[in-house]
Amino acid sequence: MAGAAGPGTGAGAAGGDGDDSLYPIAVLIDELRNEDVQLRLNSIKKLSTIALALGVERTRTELLPFLTDTIYDEDEVLLALAEQLGNFTGLVGGPDFAHCLLPPLESLATVEETVVRDKAVESLRQISQEHTSVALEAHFVPLVKRLASGDWFTSRTSACGLFSVCYPRASNAIKAEIRQHFRSLCSDDTPMVRRAAAAKLGEFAKVLELDSVKSEIVPLFTNLASDEQDSVRLLAVEACVSIAQLLSQEDLEALVMPILRQAAEDKSWRVRYMVADKFSELQKAVGPKITQDDLIPAFQNLLKDCEAEVRAAAAHKVKELCENLPIEGRETIIMDQILPFIKELVSDTNQHVKSALASVIMGLSTILGKENTIEHLLPLFLAQLKDECPEVRLNIISNLDCVNEVIGIRQLSQSLLPAIVELAEDAKWRVRLAIIEYMPLLAGQLGVEFFDEKLNSLCMAWLVDHVYAIREAATNNLMKLVQKFGIEWAQNTIVPKVLVMANDPNYLHRMTTLFCINVLSEACGQEITTKQMLPIVLKMAGDQVANVRFNVAKSLQKIGPILDTDALQEEVKPVLQKLGQDEDMDVKYFAQEAMSVVVQRLRKLDLPVKDCDEPSAPGADKNHFLRPRGPGEDAGKGPAYQLCVNPRETLAHPEIVGLVHFSQSRD
Amino acid sequence: MSSSSPPPGAASAAISAAEKVDGFTRKSVRKAQRQKRSQGSSQFRSQGSQPELHPLPQLKDATSNEQQELFCQKLQQCCILFDFMDSVSDLKSKEIKRATLNELVEYVSTNRGVIVESAYSDIVKMISANIFRTLPPSDNPDFDPEEDEPTLEASWPHIQLVYEFFLRFLESPDFQPSIAKRYIDQKFVQQLLELFDSEDPRERDFLKTVLHRIYGKFLGLRAFIRKQINNIFLRFIYETEHFNGVAELLEILGSIINGFALPLKAEHKQFLMKVLIPMHTAKGLALFHAQLAYCVVQFLEKDTTLTEPVIRGLLKFWPKTCSQKEVMFLGEIEEILDVIEPTQFKKIEEPLFKQISKCVSSSHFQVAERALYFWNNEYILSLIEENIDKILPIMFGSLYKISKEHWNPTIVALVYNVLKTLMEMNGKLFDDLTSSYKAERQREKKKELEREELWKKLEELKLKKALEKQNSAYNMHSILSNTNDE
Repeated sequence: MAGAAGPGTGAGAAGGDGDDSLYPIAVLIDELRNEDVQLRLNSIKKLSTIALALGVERTRTELLPFLTDTIYDEDEVLLALAEQLGNFTGLVGGPDFAHCLLPPLESLATVEETVVRDKAVESLRQISQEHTSVALEAHFVPLVKRLASGDWFTSRTSACGLFSVCYPRASNAIKAEIRQHFRSLCSDDTPMVRRAAAAKLGEFAKVLELDSVKSEIVPLFTNLASDEQDSVRLLAVEACVSIAQLLSQEDLEALVMPILRQAAEDKSWRVRYMVADKFSELQKAVGPKITQDDLIPAFQNLLKDCEAEVRAAAAHKVKELCENLPIEGRETIIMDQILPFIKELVSDTNQHVKSALASVIMGLSTILGKENTIEHLLPLFLAQLKDECPEVRLNIISNLDCVNEVIGIRQLSQSLLPAIVELAEDAKWRVRLAIIEYMPLLAGQLGVEFFDEKLNSLCMAWLVDHVYAIREAATNNLMKLVQKFGIEWAQNTIVPKVLVMANDPNYLHRMTTLFCINVLSEACGQEITTKQMLPIVLKMAGDQVANVRFNVAKSLQKIGPILDTDALQEEVKPVLQKLGQDEDMDVKYFAQEAMSVVVQRLRKLDLPVKDCDEPSAPGADKNHFLRPRGPGEDAGKGPAYQLCVNPRETLAHPEIVGLVHFSQSRD
Repeated sequence: MSSSSPPPGAASAAISAAEKVDGFTRKSVRKAQRQKRSQGSSQFRSQGSQPELHPLPQLKDATSNEQQELFCQKLQQCCILFDFMDSVSDLKSKEIKRATLNELVEYVSTNRGVIVESAYSDIVKMISANIFRTLPPSDNPDFDPEEDEPTLEASWPHIQLVYEFFLRFLESPDFQPSIAKRYIDQKFVQQLLELFDSEDPRERDFLKTVLHRIYGKFLGLRAFIRKQINNIFLRFIYETEHFNGVAELLEILGSIINGFALPLKAEHKQFLMKVLIPMHTAKGLALFHAQLAYCVVQFLEKDTTLTEPVIRGLLKFWPKTCSQKEVMFLGEIEEILDVIEPTQFKKIEEPLFKQISKCVSSSHFQVAERALYFWNNEYILSLIEENIDKILPIMFGSLYKISKEHWNPTIVALVYNVLKTLMEMNGKLFDDLTSSYKAERQREKKKELEREELWKKLEELKLKKALEKQNSAYNMHSILSNTNDE
């Protein structure tokens, strides 16, 4: 290998057509054959580079045959290969040669592992579009036929995904053959193949002529929908959506609806689940008339299904179903035929059902209007706000904006508050986190007075939560609140409380002050930052805990751009200098980082700069980060770290320039 | 494909994500919630309320003329199902059915000549009505069979007796497969196999025995049963990754494979290579590995020429990150080596020992330890000794390295022993390898550097070609600025 690779630069520099022969295929193939899977994988991922080095001709005559022959490899490698080949048309010489890629992809489409096969099929579908019509019939269609009649089920399942891409461009005789093959796969012996065919039935129906849809697809659909395996039947439900879109109302009623009705009452909950899950699509596909006559009763049944899974899936669709009803008569239908069932679900025994409903029920208020919402929906919202399951309450709260538009949030605020308080103190931190996320929204809708009175204390309490993620979210929450309520409010309500925490005996709370300052300074502007926040930060530079001190350095770097140059020069720099001499190496590191940023800023402003011998930190030594940190500390990120990398990037330029020169002169 | 089917417990996934996150409380919270859970069948709940049962006279009190008629009446009575999720409803009727089922079990097992031709239909109907049902969604979507308590079948008090009855029926000396095959057909078996997904281990245990008996008595169904099991396994491996009865089915297969005639049919070999070997990739391998390894070894004992493809298959699927599975693989390899023929061993020694050499130097001490235990196996040791010229060079590097730097003292001690054994086998080769060790490492390093060099050159070439392309469109200046922008 050394011998082959060694003279690379020399030969390349000599010019001519040298560079193609530079890297003999044997060397590259050695790489693709490396014993180490990881290396093989890397090589395959750079297959386009190899192909480029070889040129289109040798890629076709040498590389592709090699790839076709050595298909026995780890699935991971095969997956990468399948993916690469999908974008290879250009590298083998364009559409005229696209068919050269078929042999390796054909083998890949027959392997055991599903992900590899699926990727190969995806690539084949991509490449099929690049074929000329002649090449499609000469090369692609025969491949599909071979796969469709393969011995082992894998090739037949792969074939299912290829019919629809070659059908539209094939001649009539070939079309008939393709349909014949698809038919036989739909009644294949192996359920895996029937499943694959059922999954592609809708897609295939879309590219067929309407006559064939009626004469061929519908019978196939009927068979698959009554397959002995529920895993096949449920896929037929999906196909139903596509097929329904293609047929006229009468045909739909006569050919498809009996099957759909049967599916909605299937003995297997998986099939019923699928009907519920695809309900909106089905509704759109069959149109308003059939929806009214058939789907609504079916939906009622799904809403009271014996399996919670099915009820939950149906509950998820309530809003969409109502939205998609024709506006005329919508209100009556909802009030008479849907709402009674929804009322039942509010007190369902299963929390997933309730929470699914809670995630959409608020959306009904816009559809039903103010009066109905107050009279019928509001009691449901209130009941759900008191639900024992936090997820249900959260889902209601997260959708408050819908109700706000219709009836205003005040109607709810009495019940809202206890719900919020309870969630705010929930034992699970994820729940607390979720409610924090909604605080800015709630604040905006409830108004500043209500907020100050009822919710402000909660927001402050989160700052001292024992989970870091909550403290962090609470910090960001403050910033968003300030953006909503303005600087004055911040100065009166938030800032003093935050600054008091700087004297807290717990160093984690003291750090929270710094984190708050980091995000608040920008929202609060220069004056507050300089006058109120900066002194506190500077004072904390003397903290006994190193974590606090290096966060001071980080904060100073962060708020630097907001401060005026006097403050930077007179107050910040001396403190950073002092921290730069700290005994703790992390403090030192971050102080120097901050210093270099501050100095840069001062330099930009053309101020005299003193004591800046070290513009960047002494190397971004990874050892710095090995030291255990306070929770949530991530020393690796941040602008300072990037600074160290930049110089190297600029160094790289001259080399590229050199290359450019060279290739220019050669041409 | 699997993505389009609703996963078990789809609706519950969302909330359990919220429960899962507090790592410390998760298990305990869940355990507390799900003590003594049970569930009924999906089928039952869709039915309305049940008619009340009235006790029929005892079979033993009936005259022999009436007995047959009464037997069938009782079978029909037992077709009625009750809701066991509701523990207070139909108490009287439930008790009557239970007593009747008990009576039926006793009746068919103690009396001769009661299983007459006309009864088959009613018998199979009663069994089907009770056991065939759509299994409900699992209410624990990430059910971990090793950790969690399984959900038990609520209607077990009845279903157990039905299974009991079914078994007595199949095992009865009066039982005639030629009549029964009219009722116990492909569709019946198909439904029976679906039930193996039951979460209740008691039910799966009955099913195992039942299917075993059916396979034994219905020759016409054998191929069909094998094919359906095949399909279940393939769905398990490539589509759902979930099926509760894999271990039970494998156990039955173990005895089926045992009875395969020689030479093995192509169909059976295909089953081994395309189904059993890929099954090693399953997430829950621990639950059925013993049964799986047994099946594999059964095959190899039948036909030793399968050894090479099997071992290559295992090497292909060798676990990359799961140490627990790696230990299982090593166990299986040892089982295979125990029965391997020396000629077969020669065929796979190289790839196999390359893998073993990696395992030996695993930083997970259980993996390393399991691999090193091979050297305690007399037969394996004799195979190694025979092929020491091949194996020692493969193993030497790793062993030498670990003997210097493995963190675990037990491993280091074991490695010393292994090195000692190997040295005794061929001292000369051992000395040569020791002295060339350093040079070898350096050569590897050099090779690595050359690789990097090659790739760097290729990258440059790619860049150059890309630039050449640009070249034709832009002038020099614009290229420069383009490059700098990137």
